Amino acid sequence: MKGTFGRLSRTFLSYGVRILSLLLAVSIISFVLVSASPIDPVQQYILGLGTAVSPEQRAEIEEYWGVNEPPVERYFTWLGELLKGNLGESALYRRPVADIISERFANSLALMFCAWLLAGVIGFALGCIMGIYQNQWPDKLIKKICYLLSSVPTFWLGLVFLLVFAVILKWFPIGFSSPIGILSEDVSIWQRLYHLALPAFTLSLMSFANIALHTRQKLIDVLNSEYVLFARARGEGKWTILRRHGLRNIMLPALTLQFASFAELFGGSVMAENVFSYPGLGSAVAAAGLNSDVPLLLGVTLFSALFVCVGNMIANLLYGVVDPQIREVSR
Amino acid sequence: MKQKNETLLEIHDLSVSFRMYDGGLEQKELQVISDLHLTVRPGEIVAVAGSSGSGKSLLASAILGILPSNATVRGHLHYKGQQLTPEIQSRLRGREIALVPQSVAFLDPLMKVGKQVDGHKKPYPTEKRRGLFKRFALPEKTESLYPFQLSGGMARRVLVSTALISDAELIIADEPTPGMSLDQALEALQMFREMADAGKAVILITHDIDLAFEFADRVAVFYAGTTVETAPAADFRKGADALRHPYSKALWRALPQNGFQPIDGFQPYAGELPKGCLFAPRCPHATEECRCQIPPIRETGDGEVRCFHAS
Repeated sequence: MKGTFGRLSRTFLSYGVRILSLLLAVSIISFVLVSASPIDPVQQYILGLGTAVSPEQRAEIEEYWGVNEPPVERYFTWLGELLKGNLGESALYRRPVADIISERFANSLALMFCAWLLAGVIGFALGCIMGIYQNQWPDKLIKKICYLLSSVPTFWLGLVFLLVFAVILKWFPIGFSSPIGILSEDVSIWQRLYHLALPAFTLSLMSFANIALHTRQKLIDVLNSEYVLFARARGEGKWTILRRHGLRNIMLPALTLQFASFAELFGGSVMAENVFSYPGLGSAVAAAGLNSDVPLLLGVTLFSALFVCVGNMIANLLYGVVDPQIREVSR
Repeated sequence: MKQKNETLLEIHDLSVSFRMYDGGLEQKELQVISDLHLTVRPGEIVAVAGSSGSGKSLLASAILGILPSNATVRGHLHYKGQQLTPEIQSRLRGREIALVPQSVAFLDPLMKVGKQVDGHKKPYPTEKRRGLFKRFALPEKTESLYPFQLSGGMARRVLVSTALISDAELIIADEPTPGMSLDQALEALQMFREMADAGKAVILITHDIDLAFEFADRVAVFYAGTTVETAPAADFRKGADALRHPYSKALWRALPQNGFQPIDGFQPYAGELPKGCLFAPRCPHATEECRCQIPPIRETGDGEVRCFHAS
């Protein structure tokens, strides 16, 4: 047991170092990009104040913010505050960035988790069907649907769904994460899920095609393998083979793919949340970008990088847990 | 005629071909097994010997009915006097006819060995499997190992167990010896000898011909997808003069201990089979007749041969 613990802590340490260095790189690149962009944070701040500001006052603000200091110095000042846990204050919402991220992320997490689960389950199931019926009509039909879905932009699909299911059929609400006119404490879990359903479904459609096509290919590889030939020689039928050998051998790559899809998931959520006016991190980052809210933009960038890294780390760790060839050898 | 009644598996004029796309959209039939004859009786080992690409492994798939879907099978396959149809084949697979695969690659890499040997049919024969493992001197923990953790020798015994656990009457061993040391190969072949002595029929597909002579009762020589000669193994032990077909003689002489004399030319590729006897282009005794006509299979002495000139 001690050996397992030692190995685990070593693994976590190495991942920790990797994630930290990556975050550092992301922070430098995004800081440089923002500095090079024509965004003037002082101007945005003054616009947000809503009152007229004299040139002297403006110069004072610039002095206070250190706008005229060299970029490297500004970066280290920002990094120092960041390490203390201070992500700054959003110019748009007039609240600490950390608060906004944690609040919005809770909403987004619910959305992304539902979409992620839906995409994984549907994608895996459809992939299995395509693999089993390779080159027969179910395979051809589902494959066409997958190609279609992966080439259609999410926001367009979202708009179509809104039109059909919310406006015409009135099955789902047209937006937001809870009904209008109800205190957030009084919103039930069902109301939340009801508001979540359509955006989650739209978001899942974006990534399930990818998972389905990968699962299909992997299953075909497995079905052409020597061990499946031997299983057939021993009298195993099509479905027995899928159950005994197929699922076992395609589960691993499917799991990895599933956890590695965090990046696309986050990217998709920006689109989906905007279309459905869903108050998550995705709509916050869009608002921050459109309104030149530099602190919020930088904060969300770092946070999303962390989110994607954690997804990939889970994928790597899971591989070691699930695959006996890795698990038993490292023992 | 007494022997005929005892025949377990009888193969007549078996041909297997594959539909292939030749470059563009043109379809082409690729004949990989042509007019093959083979009979197997209970209690004997029939070695199927021949070089790579002579269609040996496809024969196993054809008997079991697990050829790829683009394959066409023609000819007669009879098991216990009954025509082997796809339905009957699917019933016999794993019950009466068992395959011993070539290597550990034929085991699911992610399934524990014990569960894998037990197979998919319930109730799982766990007790019987433990008995088999004990007989093969496999340690008790073997059942909870994954295939990649098996040593070569262990893997071989595990693969043989998969056939023995099924009570199959016909066992097809597909190249069970390559990559083994001589001791291991002898041990493996001894296992098949024991199976045959217990009344099972064994088809031993191999290109370790000299080992096959020692353990088999009869040897069928494959060339370019057909049997050119079937002879008692004793004839092969006697030497080239006891053999009937020029290819069998050449094969015998090409063995290191028998002079190491190769003959010229190559086995024809499945797409470019000659019109007459498949061996004619390389045969020193070939005549005009051989080049135009496929010789029929004939019985000579204790064996069968496909040659106009054999005596």
